[in-house]
Amino acid sequence: MPALEMNDVRKVYGSGEQAVVALDHATLTVADDEMVALVGPSGSGKTTLLSIAGGLLEPTEGVVRVGPHEINGYSRKELTRFRREFVGFVFQGANLVPFLSARENLLVVSELAGGDRRHARRRADRLLEELGLAHRVDNTPARLSGGEKQRVAIGRALMNEPELVLFDEPTSALDTKLGEQVMELIRKEVKGRGTAAIVVTHDTRMTHFADRTVEITDGRLVA
Amino acid sequence: MRLGWKELVRRPGRFLAAGGALTLIVILLLLLGGLLDGLTSASTGAFRVQDAQLIVYSQESRSSLLRSRIEPSTQDEIRSVPGVSAVSGLGVVLIGGREAGSDTVDLAVFGYEEANAEVPPPPEPGAGFADRTLEAEGVQVGDTLEVGPEAVPVRIAGWVEGTTYLAQSGLWVHPDTWHEVLVTSRPDAALDPGTFQAALVRTPDDPAEVAEDIAREVPGTSPLTIEEAILALPGVEAQQSTFVQIITVTFIVAGLVVALFFALVVLERLGLFGVLKAVGASSRTLAAGLVTQAVLVAAGAFALGGMVTLGLASVVPDEVPVQLEARRAVLTAIGVLVTALIGSAISFRRIIRVDPASAVGGG
Repeated sequence: MPALEMNDVRKVYGSGEQAVVALDHATLTVADDEMVALVGPSGSGKTTLLSIAGGLLEPTEGVVRVGPHEINGYSRKELTRFRREFVGFVFQGANLVPFLSARENLLVVSELAGGDRRHARRRADRLLEELGLAHRVDNTPARLSGGEKQRVAIGRALMNEPELVLFDEPTSALDTKLGEQVMELIRKEVKGRGTAAIVVTHDTRMTHFADRTVEITDGRLVA
Repeated sequence: MRLGWKELVRRPGRFLAAGGALTLIVILLLLLGGLLDGLTSASTGAFRVQDAQLIVYSQESRSSLLRSRIEPSTQDEIRSVPGVSAVSGLGVVLIGGREAGSDTVDLAVFGYEEANAEVPPPPEPGAGFADRTLEAEGVQVGDTLEVGPEAVPVRIAGWVEGTTYLAQSGLWVHPDTWHEVLVTSRPDAALDPGTFQAALVRTPDDPAEVAEDIAREVPGTSPLTIEEAILALPGVEAQQSTFVQIITVTFIVAGLVVALFFALVVLERLGLFGVLKAVGASSRTLAAGLVTQAVLVAAGAFALGGMVTLGLASVVPDEVPVQLEARRAVLTAIGVLVTALIGSAISFRRIIRVDPASAVGGG
């Protein structure tokens, strides 16, 4: 079963003459262990596609299936639960909770889901160790470098063992060398787990880390 | 909720402004409440210690003890009303008294016939039970006070507590002594023996119903429950309503402080809330965290404000009648917590409107 199937998905903001088509009949399938790079200029619809795939936005038309979950038509509450349990997000600039340690930033996800605390703590520590942050577990974001923050964000995204991880410009705040290291790490983590991933980027130097690159222009996908 | 708690513990400095403002408001609320209780107690103590359920004035007195007159025959008529179990006389003279060589002290000299919750049965003529507030004026048990312009001698037989009347210290004496003080101070107000200013009525029945029966069956009388009589005392109702209004406004200010502070906190955290919603936090979870913070800040402010108020109350001069009561403290604590709850709830709408999609940026 593919990790993501988007069939003929449209997203239109506004109505009548003011209507703006952000995503135009987009069809995309991501296999369950595939890593896809999504590239395109600003305003092309990358964020809209990512948001719809992750249950942050509802499509105007079309079908969105993440694993066995057909999420178009989910209520707001169902989408919240879906995001909590089945999707991982890594945002531009990490966006960690500033007053929590690296470990606690990972534990936020399990606390929201109400999971077993001891199991969650072990998992968080293991993930941070894998990400090379075993010595930083108790540090708050203010005491982490840009690359370390992004690695914590990757750990947070993997905390709930998601079927699909969505990366929004994960290297935009990093220099080329650090960006490449982070992309390498992302590839290692998602491939090692057999998890599907979409990485939105405008940096074409990073696309070779993905299995395939999909381009988007004016809301239309170009294979 | 745990997020809210952790932020509070790890970044207490962020909540210092709201906590500080709330602490000052708590101090103000407790002092205002203490002042109200102190003033009310100083004005109404002599009535509050009464075991009787009703106090009967003459109708033309317009509920004033000083203007009222109840003849012995009227007492007998009241006694015969069904439901009345006991009737006794009560009278007061507001007057000055002094010990030889000392300053004059303000007294409320009560003539009475029956013991009440605080005052024993009337002493022998020439003796009196004094309110303990006189102790601060240097009066001691066994001393003799010279009361009124004719210096009627009254020997202090013992102390009683909480029996002040219109901010003057109660001195509880035999009816004959009270008559003597009354006649020597106001010859025009002399009363026949057995005549008092009011009748205290005990009843095992519903006091309001018995009051109606007395008013109907004993013409020319005006029966009031003790609570009604307290509110009818000069200035008491106006004093209470003024303080209640000030306290209400202070609570509103507290609510506005909390509402404004947490509105700013939410505004500052819109980005973080967007991220948390994106990773699966519900609006309810985020709102619960905010309420936790508001309630804990309010609780901390109450604890700190309470301690400061206790300290202040111990150093205010005796002339300032601040009286801190547990009941008032509990009511203030509940009020502050509820106000914090409501104040923080004003930001719920903004939290609900945070779009999880706002966490994802770019094009």
